[in-house]
Amino acid sequence: MTALVPLAVALPLVAAAALTAFGHFMHPRADDLVAIAVAAAMTVIAVLLVFRSSRHDLVYWFGAWSPRHGIGIGVSFTVDPLGAGIAALIGVLATASLVFAWRYFDDVGTLFHVLFLIFVGAMTGFALTGDLFNMFVWFELMSVSAYALCGYLVEQPRVLQGALNFAITNSIGALMVLAGIALLYGRTGALNLAELGKALAGRPADGLVIVAFVLLVVGFLVKAGAVPFHFWLSDAYAVAPTPVAVLFAGVLSDLGFHAIARIYWDVFSGPVGAHPGAVRGLLIGIGVLTALVGGVMCFLQADLKRLMAFLTIAHGGIFLVGVGLLTPGGLAGSTLYLIADGLLKGALFLAIGIVLVRLHSGDELWLRGKGRSLVPSGIVFCACGLGLAALPPFGPFLAKSLIEESAVRLGYGWLPPLLTLATILTGAAVLRATGRIFLGLGPGDDPLLTRQTGLPDDEERGGPRRRSTVLLVPAVTLTVLGLALSFVPQIADRSTHHAARFEDRTGYVAEVLAGKEQAPLPRAAAHHPTTGSWLYGAASALGALGLAGVALRPRRRSLVVAPIRVLKAFHSGAIGDYVTWLTVGTATFGGLAALLLR
Amino acid sequence: MSYAPYALAGWLFVIGLYGVVTSRHLIHLALCLNVMQSSTYVLLLAIGYRNRGTAPIYKGIKGGARVVDPVVQALTLTDVVVSVTVVALILALAMDARRRAGTADPDRLVELQG
Repeated sequence: MTALVPLAVALPLVAAAALTAFGHFMHPRADDLVAIAVAAAMTVIAVLLVFRSSRHDLVYWFGAWSPRHGIGIGVSFTVDPLGAGIAALIGVLATASLVFAWRYFDDVGTLFHVLFLIFVGAMTGFALTGDLFNMFVWFELMSVSAYALCGYLVEQPRVLQGALNFAITNSIGALMVLAGIALLYGRTGALNLAELGKALAGRPADGLVIVAFVLLVVGFLVKAGAVPFHFWLSDAYAVAPTPVAVLFAGVLSDLGFHAIARIYWDVFSGPVGAHPGAVRGLLIGIGVLTALVGGVMCFLQADLKRLMAFLTIAHGGIFLVGVGLLTPGGLAGSTLYLIADGLLKGALFLAIGIVLVRLHSGDELWLRGKGRSLVPSGIVFCACGLGLAALPPFGPFLAKSLIEESAVRLGYGWLPPLLTLATILTGAAVLRATGRIFLGLGPGDDPLLTRQTGLPDDEERGGPRRRSTVLLVPAVTLTVLGLALSFVPQIADRSTHHAARFEDRTGYVAEVLAGKEQAPLPRAAAHHPTTGSWLYGAASALGALGLAGVALRPRRRSLVVAPIRVLKAFHSGAIGDYVTWLTVGTATFGGLAALLLR
Repeated sequence: MSYAPYALAGWLFVIGLYGVVTSRHLIHLALCLNVMQSSTYVLLLAIGYRNRGTAPIYKGIKGGARVVDPVVQALTLTDVVVSVTVVALILALAMDARRRAGTADPDRLVELQG
């Protein structure tokens, strides 16, 4: 059954090559059809992999170069349910945004679809691979295709700014990842994650291992857009064309957090695992900072796409907290959150795309009351806003409750209120925009909000010819999937169980290198969100509604205070500043790691 | 094995980073990024180097001869390919910036803020 594994990646890549070769001779609609069919097939494969890997990981060695005497020669894909679940999310989002993109890029032929399929294949490879250098190659492939896709509507300076900041910052992040890989290879002579983990286990971390740990984690944090490495993200996601932005916000940056979980548990949990408190402190600290800074900045945006970019950053912080708890519950919650939240963010971005196509602007203040004719989009906005604010009992609520309960059990009772504050801020931002655009509430001007000059008028391409159903069906489907995820029977228990397997390094090593099936772990107790979780969920949703209501009050005192001005001023748009922040952040993280992990 | 290659790799990374931070021209910036990328080539090759080792081509050399690690050379080659793609893309964006916005100064391209 492992034959399915490479197919999930090969299918989009081969289709991309075929479209490049033959696209010019085909009917203009054929590239749309091929791309949609491939993305749908990839989704089916990924969902099958989730089920096939539910008992033990699927290990596939390319070219049948399986390990001899415990030494891996070839490159392996190691598929577990969490990675396959993320691959399924990639497939679903890709299919939805390709349906939305039907006739979107009429004048550019097949190039968009080729880039898009390479991008999808690379992200899938990144989620499934079991080899560190292979991870870097997918990382670079998805990044390069993402830079190109981000700069697709290159006519405007803001698009150039976004794409350049994206390309430069992420390239530096990738260089750090590569340097970390080189150091680990120099120490162990291995590149396979299982082999690395085996070689590093049993000895406490020395300077070289800590430097490699810092380089890899920071490199992936840059990709993930954690504070203070997040500046590129708010510029890039705000200018990407809608079908691309769906995948950017829905899954691209969050793959960085998955990668951190992967390298920690497979590689570093041996040498660094002696200091779980220090690792928790570092990761949770960055996570909380990211969630709060992202949440506040999200609430201050009038540009819908930039609002979504900061929402992605804020919720990424919550995923990082889940990963950083270093517990099965935290990792399971984080992964479920990533999937439910990714679906809702994708849906919301598609709804924003509809607003752009129909009303030719993405500025919340300018759009005040103009969305009254777009009732279905308004409903999607509202449903996603409440879902993202963790309204019980829907998808993100269940995931957030897993993280919060895990935190409380570890004695971090102060975490749930902070995470709830972040979801109140982001949920309120979406609900405020919903009220203003679709109901005409609130004033038409607000000094608190940042407006962007230069409207993204290119989104109206092909507008009049495109039918509402084609635009609306993907958004509604993603909303329903994201909200309904919590109703899948036993999904919390199962993912906690799979997360426990994910965190079992010795079992993973035996499985990959010796082909031994992992001994079945004891089943986790059935998960029911506690009363506290229900209260936090309700507080988050009600708080978001209340805060949105306050923000829409016609005459309120201006809240523009000095700290907000300073926070906004940090997001200067200048690449030099961003790289300086990256350097400062790396030095701080590295210094703390050197102090705490010895 | 001397520490010089590692020091060189670190120096290239830092000097390239300084160039990226202070750059006022996109082509200059792309080349500074290229300098940073070179640091990883040096690092990788230094890690695989063995004193008095020869090229890892086994045809025509005596059995048991000392060779340098071929794996890092493959990694470096992959890295070169990736780096060239990135730099090419940034240069293409630089040309677009000059053509459409009339400037290649990254700071003057700034539209999105706050």
